[in-house]
Amino acid sequence: MDIQQNKSTLEVTPRNNEKIKKIWKTALIMALITAAEFVMAFTMPRGILLYVLFILLTIWKAKYIMMDFMHLGDEVKPLFYSIIVPLIFLIWLLIALAKEGSDIFMMRW
Amino acid sequence: MSAHSTAIGVSSKRGVWGGGNEPLKASYGKLMMWFFLLSDIFTFAAFLITYLATRVTYPAYAGPAQEFVGSNEYWPIPELVFEAVPFLHGFHAPLVFVGIMTFILISSSVTMVLAVEAGHRNDRNDVVKWMLWTIVGGATFLGCQAWEWNHFIHGTDSGSVMTYVNNLGQIVTETVFGANLSVNEYGPATFAQLFFFITGFHGFHVTIGVFLLFLCFYQAAVGVYDRRGHYEMVEKIGLYWHFVDLVWVFVFTLFYLI
Repeated sequence: MDIQQNKSTLEVTPRNNEKIKKIWKTALIMALITAAEFVMAFTMPRGILLYVLFILLTIWKAKYIMMDFMHLGDEVKPLFYSIIVPLIFLIWLLIALAKEGSDIFMMRW
Repeated sequence: MSAHSTAIGVSSKRGVWGGGNEPLKASYGKLMMWFFLLSDIFTFAAFLITYLATRVTYPAYAGPAQEFVGSNEYWPIPELVFEAVPFLHGFHAPLVFVGIMTFILISSSVTMVLAVEAGHRNDRNDVVKWMLWTIVGGATFLGCQAWEWNHFIHGTDSGSVMTYVNNLGQIVTETVFGANLSVNEYGPATFAQLFFFITGFHGFHVTIGVFLLFLCFYQAAVGVYDRRGHYEMVEKIGLYWHFVDLVWVFVFTLFYLI
């Protein structure tokens, strides 16, 4: 393929620095949440409170990935809800199986 | 759709029954990618929640950290299992290496979203540049995971004494080094089984992702998307790559923090 043929035919829009800045800001927030999780892992006593905090912080990070990186918030509302609503059931699965697991623990030990 | 929408307008050449309709104002490919990711989220959620449920059926190690010994009577503390870094043999650096891995994968997700942003602007040079950084990040992550597995399988110098049922069905007590599917020096057998299965399944997704990223990089570089008139493929592969990052965030919390 010669160089002429490989030349761009599409109109290139200049960079929107505001958008790019927002991406880096999201990245910074996620790095800070991860750093906070690290600190908590070494300073807080292990137990149900710490685990719940970890899971909530992780879901918070997941929200940034889905909304800002995957642009789910920019899709039309029916598509947005058809992805988000099924995920709500997972929270119940998490609670139910964590309870089940701790009940097995009580039986076993 | 809002004014600053990121969706790309794709003029459809397909018939109405061949995916030419855009019921949710998203193209056929993007819609199908979302529904595939939704089903994959359920798969990973099932695995990870199983890990959590199994983990809480065992007591956690309660003694002081420096006296930790692996036993299948209790679940190990992650920062005492994942504490090695390459080139520093015997050096106690809890969770440092996995922290670096997480940082690499999140960074590659950031460069991916920058590539998607460049795709919206039809800026081929920026797409190629950011795709290349994303491939570098993905491949580095895979290399780190290979090292992590290698260390996990070969174990520590001292190992730990375990009483377990071996492959011949005999109850044996011996010093175990490293991990395999029937016994491991860190904790109950299910600990290593779930570690291999879940991080392995995630690593498999990352491997597929790196292939897709390379394909996308190559096609962008030779001008396929320019001739096609839009860079929507970057967006679709970007969705998959962000999903891989999304799963890792949960794997990190469950395996390395809890």
